[in-house]
Amino acid sequence: MALLALVLLPAAAGGLAFLIRPDAPRRAMLVCVAIAHACMTAAVWRVSTQPVLNGWIAMDAQGLVFLSITSALFLAVSVYAIHFLRNEQHGMRHDLEEDLLFANAPEAVFTGCLLLFLATMTLVTVSQHFGLLWVAIESSTLASAPLIYFHRHHRSLEATWKYLMICSVGVALALLGIFFLALGAERSGLEGSMRVADLVAQASQLEPAWMKAAFIFLLVGYGTKMGLAPLHTWLPDAHSEAPSLVSALLSGALLNCAFLGILRMMQVFVGAGQQAFAQQLLVVFGLFSIGLAAVFLLEQADYKRLLAYSSVEHMGILALGLGLGGIGAFGAMLHTVNHSFTKALLFLAAGNILAAYRSKSTRDVTGLARTLPATSFLWVAGFFAIAGSPPFGTFMSEFTILRAALNQGRYIVAIAYIAFLSLVFIGMSRSVLAMAQGPPPDRPINASAHESWQAIAPPAALAIVVLLLGFYVPPALNALLHEAARSLGGM
Amino acid sequence: MDVWLNAIMVLLVFSNLILLGAGRLSMYIRCVAFQGFLLGAFTVLAHISDLTVHVWLLASVGTLLRGIVFPAFLSRLLRDSGVRREVEPYIGYTPSILSGLAMLGAGMWLSVRLPAPAIALPRFVVPVALMLIFVGLFLIVTRRKALSQLLGYLVLENGVYVFGVALVQKTPLLVEMGVLLDVFMAVLVMGVAMFHINREFDHIDTDRLSTLKD
Repeated sequence: MALLALVLLPAAAGGLAFLIRPDAPRRAMLVCVAIAHACMTAAVWRVSTQPVLNGWIAMDAQGLVFLSITSALFLAVSVYAIHFLRNEQHGMRHDLEEDLLFANAPEAVFTGCLLLFLATMTLVTVSQHFGLLWVAIESSTLASAPLIYFHRHHRSLEATWKYLMICSVGVALALLGIFFLALGAERSGLEGSMRVADLVAQASQLEPAWMKAAFIFLLVGYGTKMGLAPLHTWLPDAHSEAPSLVSALLSGALLNCAFLGILRMMQVFVGAGQQAFAQQLLVVFGLFSIGLAAVFLLEQADYKRLLAYSSVEHMGILALGLGLGGIGAFGAMLHTVNHSFTKALLFLAAGNILAAYRSKSTRDVTGLARTLPATSFLWVAGFFAIAGSPPFGTFMSEFTILRAALNQGRYIVAIAYIAFLSLVFIGMSRSVLAMAQGPPPDRPINASAHESWQAIAPPAALAIVVLLLGFYVPPALNALLHEAARSLGGM
Repeated sequence: MDVWLNAIMVLLVFSNLILLGAGRLSMYIRCVAFQGFLLGAFTVLAHISDLTVHVWLLASVGTLLRGIVFPAFLSRLLRDSGVRREVEPYIGYTPSILSGLAMLGAGMWLSVRLPAPAIALPRFVVPVALMLIFVGLFLIVTRRKALSQLLGYLVLENGVYVFGVALVQKTPLLVEMGVLLDVFMAVLVMGVAMFHINREFDHIDTDRLSTLKD
């Protein structure tokens, strides 16, 4: 029942949020639900939970990794949201990029959708049934679409429409993949159960032809939502137009949920001992994503799009790690944790910068170190972390994936991987470091209001986690990640 | 039974071809509503040997949503937007119909290569399911109006549904209802987005949605 409560609590609170009129209690509820969700997630680490709904909802190693990431990010984002919502004045406001006026979506709708988004993502992490997992992933698209359209102008509307259309079509194709999988199971005389554990146990009896067809459709479908190139086209638009705290959740939590959909299918392949086919595809998609993102990062003039393409790159790294197998699968799991925390930190810092400078162009932002010292420090630290420099956790995980490639003697993959990562480093460092240095611009900067503790503490906490993970992975987390990697053909 | 199933499949093919050749948006909505009723009948006929409560529930809820609720909601949106026709699609109507026939051919070619479905259904079901999927994707890519794209999504979803009924014997009720609920929510959310597109631009052309690029 504990697992059901994890889903139902934010769902109920989300419904309630639509009804609460005054702002203060609604904001308080958002933070309270986030804290309660985080506490319950922490409890799941200590106490083993009972499967519910006929084993459709249960907790396993992968689920717990992704649930913990989602819960922790949501806690950070909810604190940040207080500061964000207070600064978003009501009524009509002037657009940053064009000469137009727009209003915000009602705050009650925003908070309600934020909580429903948490509920659907939690359901993704605890689903042990391919059908239920599909329903949860599609629901997370629908719950998050109104969040992207918080600033109601034509650019965010365009981003929302693209997001809805591309992801819904992608996820519909994934449903076709699930039908193929079910057909494979039926034809092999298995009793039509689509629970992950049952399919893994009987995987060797599944017809390989149907499994392969299923994997292709699931990879294309969930890969669209995960942001693997060339299916990533919705991602830069949605991430750049959504409010920064929503981008943080999209990048840090939602993309992971889609990745979990692919991981579940991978488990079945590993159970059947047929993972070579899936791994081959993942390596190709992964390297292509990293390479394409590197190219787009080189000349990127919008710092939120910069972060979005960096997400495409890191999703590629996850796919590559999973595709390499061995210690690569462990590296991918560790990298999921590192990337989520780092990217959320960067998006929250970007939110502070955007609020102060009122421009998303890297050229307009100079002298961060003087105007917003704390944000500037986090921004630069976050950049070094996301680029995979020591001593941050991302260095460890990216290096682990490199070692996997070298161990298997796949030198071409390793060389391409290093070359693309260097390109990314060069491309990002040019924009990011130029933003921190130099003299502040002549126009007045509204700096004091944007360094309140609610704006600094959440990204700072995330930064500390990423830094600590570089030095020391706690044994409990290490064991969990290894357990998750083992069922994915790793060690 | 096969006669009736084949008749439904033929009607689905016709509705696809009309959809590809039509310019009036109200016609699009009517075609997709018609497909909703056909899908309901298909659900019952495909399980004619064991008509459980499950099948009836699925067929009735599905028909209610696809055949009545969605069309009513979309017609309402269309009336409010004051738009009547699809204007200058990226691929014209006659080439669209010809492509539709090619898609049916491609569906047949592919279905021969797939192993036989689990329940004994006429061989014509899988090609039509594939055609629905292709036509849905085609409409999304080649039509300019947000409404046409939404209907394209529904046609795609219909295709996936026919595939599911044809191929898989036992999908749990909870999953099928969940899928239906998701489609319902998708139509609702997209409909609201369309309402905003209409208000923002005074029309529902998605080609105006092209500011964001690198």
